[in-house]
Amino acid sequence: MVTTMSLTDTYPVWSWNPVTDLRAMWAFPFMVNAFRAGTVVAVLAGVIGWYMVLRRQSFAGHTLAQVSFPGAACATLLGIAPVVGYFAFCVGAALVIAAIPRAGQSGSGQEAALTGTVQAFGLACGFLFVALYKGFLGGINSLLFGSFLGITATQVTVLAAVAAATLAMLAVIARPLLFASVDPDVAAVRGVPVRVLSVAFLVLLGTATAATSQITGTLLVFALLVMPAATAQQLTARPAVGLAVSVLVGLAVTWTGLIAAYYSPYPIGFFVTTFALGVYVFARLARVLAQVLARRAPASARLSGSAV
Amino acid sequence: MARIPEVARHRVPPQATTTGHREGGEGVVSLRRAAVRVGGRTLWSGVDLEVGAGEFTAVLGPNGVGKSTLIKVVLGILPTAAGEVRVLGEAPGRAGHRIGYLPQRRNVDPSLRIRGIDVVRMGLDGDRWGVPLPLPLRFSARRRAARDRIAEVIELVGASAYARRPLGECSGGQQQRLLIAQALVRGPELLLLDEPLDSLDLSHQGGVAALLGRICRAEGVSVVMVAHDVNPILPWLDRVLYLAEGGAAAGPPQQVITTRTLSRLYGAPVEVLRAGDGRLVVVGGGHGTEGGGGHGHHHELD
Amino acid sequence: MSVFTAFDHPYFTHALLAGSGIAAAAGLVGYFLVLRAQVFTGDALGHVAFTGGLAALAFGYDLRLGLFAATVVFAVLIGALGSRGRSDDVAIGSVFAWILGLGAFFLTLYSTRGAAHGTAGVSVLFGSIFGLSAGQAKVALLAAAAICAAVALLARPLLFASVDEAVATARGVPVRALGLAFLVLVGACAAEATQAVGSLLSLGLLAAPAGAAHLLTARPYHALALSAGLAVAEMWAGLGLSYAAPRLPPSFTILAVATAVYLATLVTVRPRRGRTVTSRAVRGNVPGWPRL
Repeated sequence: MVTTMSLTDTYPVWSWNPVTDLRAMWAFPFMVNAFRAGTVVAVLAGVIGWYMVLRRQSFAGHTLAQVSFPGAACATLLGIAPVVGYFAFCVGAALVIAAIPRAGQSGSGQEAALTGTVQAFGLACGFLFVALYKGFLGGINSLLFGSFLGITATQVTVLAAVAAATLAMLAVIARPLLFASVDPDVAAVRGVPVRVLSVAFLVLLGTATAATSQITGTLLVFALLVMPAATAQQLTARPAVGLAVSVLVGLAVTWTGLIAAYYSPYPIGFFVTTFALGVYVFARLARVLAQVLARRAPASARLSGSAV
Repeated sequence: MARIPEVARHRVPPQATTTGHREGGEGVVSLRRAAVRVGGRTLWSGVDLEVGAGEFTAVLGPNGVGKSTLIKVVLGILPTAAGEVRVLGEAPGRAGHRIGYLPQRRNVDPSLRIRGIDVVRMGLDGDRWGVPLPLPLRFSARRRAARDRIAEVIELVGASAYARRPLGECSGGQQQRLLIAQALVRGPELLLLDEPLDSLDLSHQGGVAALLGRICRAEGVSVVMVAHDVNPILPWLDRVLYLAEGGAAAGPPQQVITTRTLSRLYGAPVEVLRAGDGRLVVVGGGHGTEGGGGHGHHHELD
Repeated sequence: MSVFTAFDHPYFTHALLAGSGIAAAAGLVGYFLVLRAQVFTGDALGHVAFTGGLAALAFGYDLRLGLFAATVVFAVLIGALGSRGRSDDVAIGSVFAWILGLGAFFLTLYSTRGAAHGTAGVSVLFGSIFGLSAGQAKVALLAAAAICAAVALLARPLLFASVDEAVATARGVPVRALGLAFLVLVGACAAEATQAVGSLLSLGLLAAPAGAAHLLTARPYHALALSAGLAVAEMWAGLGLSYAAPRLPPSFTILAVATAVYLATLVTVRPRRGRTVTSRAVRGNVPGWPRL
């Protein structure tokens, strides 16, 4: 992740034959690893992100993502694997957010000022670690904007194990978490441990953010964590369908992003955000259109009714 | 669509006993057959209202009928679709500096770190450009006058004890008093209040209502107040405008809040009961209720 | 190493001059940003500054042209769309994540064009205040002075419109135009701060001194002056610290001092909140008054 490979000046050429292209791409082990890691992250981010958007905690996700940058930079400075830094800092920050009541939600100006300051300070710490490390300046861009180069098989295994554990945890608490997210007051009366669930979810969100940052980069986690989930919630109100749509959009965006990044010199983060935003905007437009059509139909019926 | 309510004709002319120092006998607020459309829907039409100087008028009616819209029309923020509106003898929006306005609001953000006295001061000079110059008081007669006026209105609303605390740390009733002081600081002739008692508990409701009644009587300020519950202000009311989907009725409260008038407005049987303590309770025939605290829930007819 | 030897280096003098102006402007604008609960608009405009700056570099224009053009255009756009960054934070967050992605695109475009050596992106993201030339410092100082003058001119009606929008409207204050003008000032300020501490950290310079000033006094004009004063003092302390310990980049020391001051204020001056905690819990996500 941190060791950037120097790209050759000639980029592979898209031949418009998908089979040849995929085969050519997957001839490189790092591309296979990138696809594996991307798939794991897309599924994890799609599921956790759906809950996050439902709970209106996208701001908490944003904060956790910012923390992943100093995490990775600190790990590099200390000479340990960046994966450790990502997970340690994100889960730690999730616990801190959970300890502060109402933190992680954009509330009043004072709370926003505090969160904004802490975020900026976190990024500044990351910059400090980078500056102390020397000779790491090339890697800073891939930390911030994502990179699919240099993902090792070990990293994929770690990601897959973390994702499996996170999703298993989520599966255990999924139903009460949905209840507590939609209607916390009623859920609390019915004996659902709302506070515990909220802390547990933040920790899960921390791991998901840490995993997502490794593909999209610290600054662009919204691409996989928020946009597919937001797209799904535009399209359907049914939880199961929404989760499926969220995962599918995440997978599609990641795969096309990887392919586009492989065939061009530009960073994967740019493609993933562009595709994800495109899908989201398309979903919103579709919904607005559907609403306009639905409104027009009864309106004309009413007009003809009043004329009688 | 223009349904002219029969009951509007029950309107009583403005009381001649009020301190009418306005020449030509024109009311402070005068609506003639006014109608308003919002988003293509006619909220109300054929509304007639005359508010005289120093009168206390309540605007009542069920939710969503356009009570706050009426205030906005009087302020000139929203145009009327038909009819004529005159405010302080001018077209709406022209007499803004002679009107005090208290919008409908929820609780102040608790972390708002601005003192109550600063918010009151905004009512006096908040619309002027630049920053106030930090001149010593003795060099500026205008600053002394401003300070005295602010102290005077804060005293009038009884907020001296907490005016220097951040507004966010004041209780709902204290905030409402300070905001009333802000609306009064320029000595307006007309006070427009949009549900000022809404977020207050019962004891504060009575206190703020008494304050408004006192201001209306003692200072000769005309008050037009949108209210959800008529009971706290009933002792001070001169006039009621009742808006309902079936039309509008204006007049003294004892003529408007009656079983007969409200049944006509709603187009369904509605009963007005007077509780032992003088409170009014409107019991809807499934259509809507209005009035007394615990009974004031809405039951929509489907 | 004496503190006074610092002034023998022109780069330090330039940084001090430009930094003072930028900090004062950020402090003044930041006060209203916190008051109006628009901190995240400031964040968003910081992101835009990054993309604008790199787009200008990629197409061979002056960095500052891109910074100011992008932030001011986006400020007008946000103001015109009337979004407050509160109702639909998902949509706004997504758009700004994409804008950062676009910035990464321009960064690659710029660094593959040859001349660049890969650190341009880093200095736009994290600032390089010790790298300012005399001319750059002068322009930055002038722009900061213009922003400060504009804030002073707008301060009173802006305060009214921020605290009490409905009443200000009824009193004839041009609330919408003021909001738009203020956003343009925030944009200009984000572009300015990018030159000092970088686009990612400009939020800290806007939010930290202002947050502390809000806590320290409830008198609006005192708080406004205090916010600017704190920002300038933090800038000086940060620059001095970085000069004394060259291993620490100035962006970090400035942010570290600002964060430390804010957190210290937060710990010592806790506003009384005992009673209000419950009411806030009840309010939940419902936008409270004032609607900003």
